[in-house]
Amino acid sequence: MSTPSDTPTKANWAEQAVADHAGAEHLTREEQVLARIEKARRKKSRVKEERITLSHGAGGKATHTLIDAVFLDAFRNPVLEAMEDGASVTIGGADESGAGGVRLAFTTDSYVVHPLFFPGGDIGDLAVNGTVNDLAMCGARPLYLSTGFILEEGFPVADLQRIVDSMAKAATAAGVQIVTGDTKVVERGKCDGCYINTAGVGVLERPGLLSAATAKPGDKIIVSGEIGDHGVTVMLARGELDIEADVVSDTAPLHELVADLLDAVPDGVRLLRDATRGGVATILNEVAVASQVAVIVDEASVPVQEVVTGASELLGIDPLYVACEGRLVTIVDPAHADAALAALRSRPLGEKAAVIGELKDDPPGLVLLRTSFGGTRIVDMLVGDPLPRIC
Amino acid sequence: MRFVDEFRDAATARALATKIAGLCEPGRQYKFMEVCGGHTHTIYKHGLEDYLPETVSLVHGPGCPVCVIPMGRVDDAIAIAEHPDVIMTSFGDMMRVPGGRGSFFDSKAAGTDIRMVYSPLDSLKIARNNPDKQVVFMAIGFETTAPSTAMTVLRAAQEKLDNFSIFCNHVTIIPAIKAILDSPDLRLDGFIGPGHVSTVIGCKPYDFISAQEGKPLVCAGFEPLDILQSVYQLLLQLKEGRCEVENQYSRVVPWDGNPKALEVIGEVMELRPYFEWRGLGFISHSALQVREKYASFDAEKIFNVPGVRVADPKACQCGEVLKGVLKPWECKVFGTACTPETPIGTCMVSSEGACAAYYNFGRFSRERVKEATHS
Repeated sequence: MSTPSDTPTKANWAEQAVADHAGAEHLTREEQVLARIEKARRKKSRVKEERITLSHGAGGKATHTLIDAVFLDAFRNPVLEAMEDGASVTIGGADESGAGGVRLAFTTDSYVVHPLFFPGGDIGDLAVNGTVNDLAMCGARPLYLSTGFILEEGFPVADLQRIVDSMAKAATAAGVQIVTGDTKVVERGKCDGCYINTAGVGVLERPGLLSAATAKPGDKIIVSGEIGDHGVTVMLARGELDIEADVVSDTAPLHELVADLLDAVPDGVRLLRDATRGGVATILNEVAVASQVAVIVDEASVPVQEVVTGASELLGIDPLYVACEGRLVTIVDPAHADAALAALRSRPLGEKAAVIGELKDDPPGLVLLRTSFGGTRIVDMLVGDPLPRIC
Repeated sequence: MRFVDEFRDAATARALATKIAGLCEPGRQYKFMEVCGGHTHTIYKHGLEDYLPETVSLVHGPGCPVCVIPMGRVDDAIAIAEHPDVIMTSFGDMMRVPGGRGSFFDSKAAGTDIRMVYSPLDSLKIARNNPDKQVVFMAIGFETTAPSTAMTVLRAAQEKLDNFSIFCNHVTIIPAIKAILDSPDLRLDGFIGPGHVSTVIGCKPYDFISAQEGKPLVCAGFEPLDILQSVYQLLLQLKEGRCEVENQYSRVVPWDGNPKALEVIGEVMELRPYFEWRGLGFISHSALQVREKYASFDAEKIFNVPGVRVADPKACQCGEVLKGVLKPWECKVFGTACTPETPIGTCMVSSEGACAAYYNFGRFSRERVKEATHS
């Protein structure tokens, strides 16, 4: 995901620039500095902090560094290295190639949202939909979920009942069964009410593998609807801001939308991602690096509700980084873009789907935004929490 | 979005860009400084430089509130936060600013109670809800945020709260501009004036810039068209041989400022004899402290603050960047040792810092990107 690919066939602007540096004087001083920075960015990541900070959980650069330097290093195997939303594994089969075996998608996610209940949903349906969506993004049909509860001493049973009912409802709606689980209770003050973990298994019935590394110049970027609703809803529901806005979470299972899309365009979809933590911007950065392409986004065509734009403006954050829980991003072959868009728009969940940009070959590894104002800027990985600006 | 989109209209920008190009004398280079970090942020966020001729460059000034906080003050704040029973509250921008012993985030991870707030009144609320704790507000910013800090102190005094105080780091803009003008290695053609600060202090305090220093200043709003129009007004002044203070942001900035806000600041705070600015060194009468009358709300008096001056890291060239002498990428450690994830200097922290804005938004070769984005 954030391990840069070393495809020698593809001209890498930064490497080339560094190589050119010695012989060619045509690069300006600024370009030489930029090349040096790109080189520094591709160095193996290292966790420099002595302790975990909140940034390590924000889904941006610090999270990626932590995953690369700590988890991936320790657990390294080919399945994990793909670094997709879920793992794709083959079970059984006649030989080592796995031919004739069953292809499964397997994923896990923990939910610590605060507040537990917010407009449009709660931690319960989030925990089901989130894991269903991770399976769907692998191209799988979700089947079974497990769930683990960590509860704080003193947590109201009525709230737990409400959360569990909501999980049951979400599971039925998504056509999955919760088949195993676990409960732990910790002393008061040792956790914030209720944390939930879910894991899920789904079956991969279609050939081929969706991957962030398969995108090509010319491909189109599509989002399935208006972005940022969930993140803004939760931020406002915390009540710290005294801002009221008519916005609800977009939490929803996406597997049927995905099935329609893959039926309509069986060969044209390179990758599917649900835009959760880190938002659309993070996904596009992962694609840019993994496929060594330039991602060009047209700000004016990104669907965002006016109320979300307004709240983000006040909070000093960019909707491109704000989490969604029922929106997907897909990269599709340009020849199939219209069909893909039509398939998404045929369902209510995807009726606001839009092409928001395309991939180019140069400069590889960067996400560039054509702003509505008519300028150009980079959209980088998020650093730290999305912090509000003060003036 | 209504009321904002009008100020971000691409067609208007194109028309303005043509007029700007028409005002530039062939062969002449123009350098304008935008004093305020909010402007720097707007310029990069909207890619505004794409509209300017190559001969017009914008130099980023010292008006980013967190960028000018010296390391010693961060250490002092952390020392306060380390007192038992203290809840330190701060704007989000401050959280990652490195001191000599790490940032607020690091201190929080190590066990102190440091909370992010959106307004000093939020800290007051925390104080009311936690009568057994001492709640301290890390007050930073120019004249823009000083009135709300002062109002909060007055409110605390009214409510007779005995567990709330501020750690006052408010600074004033005019001495900083004077320091820039005194810098021998910088040649500027004019200033884009800080709109937010001006809502409080008005436009009059800038008179010396045009009258004595011979530089035009246009007080500007924060939407991209505001800034583009200000560049146009500056170039027009130069073309017509005028040198004046103009108010482009008249929809918000009254020429005389906000007397009520100034009065509130004056009631609670007074000028410090001197204050250290990150990278700029000690500047006399450039910052505010709490008046003796409100000493019981002054964290510097309540807590044992070490007050140790910490020298800026040797490699860091924030001072030169803040003065506009260096472009961010010209700093020795820019983008390699100093990045937004692991900032050495303050300019790499806040979204209003020149280095962070350039790194996050502008880190690409314009020539190369032109082809990719304008198909």
